Amino acid sequence: MTDQRYSRQTMLPGFGYEGQQRLGAASVLIVGVGGLGSPVALYLTGAGVGSLTLLDPDTVSLSNLQRQVLYTTPETGMPKVEVAAERLRALNPTIKVEPLCARFSPENMHGLVAAHDLVIDCTDNFATRRLIDDACRSAGKPWIFGAIGELAGQIALINGPRHRSLRDLYEDLDALAEAPRTTLGVIGAVPGVIGSMQAMLAVKVLSGMDATLDGKLFSIDCTTFETNIIDF
Amino acid sequence: MKISLNHKEIDITGASTLADLLAAHALDGPGYAVAVGGKVVPRSERATFVLTEGMEIIVIKAVCGG
Repeated sequence: MTDQRYSRQTMLPGFGYEGQQRLGAASVLIVGVGGLGSPVALYLTGAGVGSLTLLDPDTVSLSNLQRQVLYTTPETGMPKVEVAAERLRALNPTIKVEPLCARFSPENMHGLVAAHDLVIDCTDNFATRRLIDDACRSAGKPWIFGAIGELAGQIALINGPRHRSLRDLYEDLDALAEAPRTTLGVIGAVPGVIGSMQAMLAVKVLSGMDATLDGKLFSIDCTTFETNIIDF
Repeated sequence: MKISLNHKEIDITGASTLADLLAAHALDGPGYAVAVGGKVVPRSERATFVLTEGMEIIVIKAVCGG
């Protein structure tokens, strides 16, 4: 059964059964299951990452549904992590999904990071990203940065083999983390594109394929579909 | 002198350093990553980073949504 579930990826040269076994043995913490977290969680569940922890304090609201593809209209008002866990378990009952209805905070961050192989940032603010950067740096764990706004999106592998930090990219991280929260408009497909790329990068990192984008920022602006990769 | 800023060729006359160029285009506030030839240039080096013909400069603004 397992052979059949993953056959389209195990047949891929450079991935194979070894890659599948590595994915199955891996544990991933997804911080935020909104616009980015939805595709990240769906693709990693489908791919057979052995253990996923979903962290998010929010409930599903109607304004989420244009981009947060894990949720449906009758689920508004319900805790996102509970709805998401049920959906993901139906997609792939062979993996472990743990829902945690909470924020990533100074109190829980060290325990959470220590318990996982990889952290994926699907948050909507730099205050939390600063915490992720600090916690992953002190634990020596890699994390995948992802962010979107309007028609733009960005991803990077941080604290990978090259040990680059988010502060090496955005030196004024403290100013970004302390700036007042603003809500920008976004087309739903933008977090779809960026979250899918975060999932792709996670599969590469976890399965032992080369760690592309280690200390490099990929960005796309869907106004022109222009892309850039810059090395930090 | 011609350089490229975010894939657009521009002619610079007044600006001689990276810091001058960024100030002239209002790209020197918080939350901008600046790369020359694909490599990020730290803020502390921008005032002494002299621009030369044909340099390719990319400025990326931080976005925070998720």
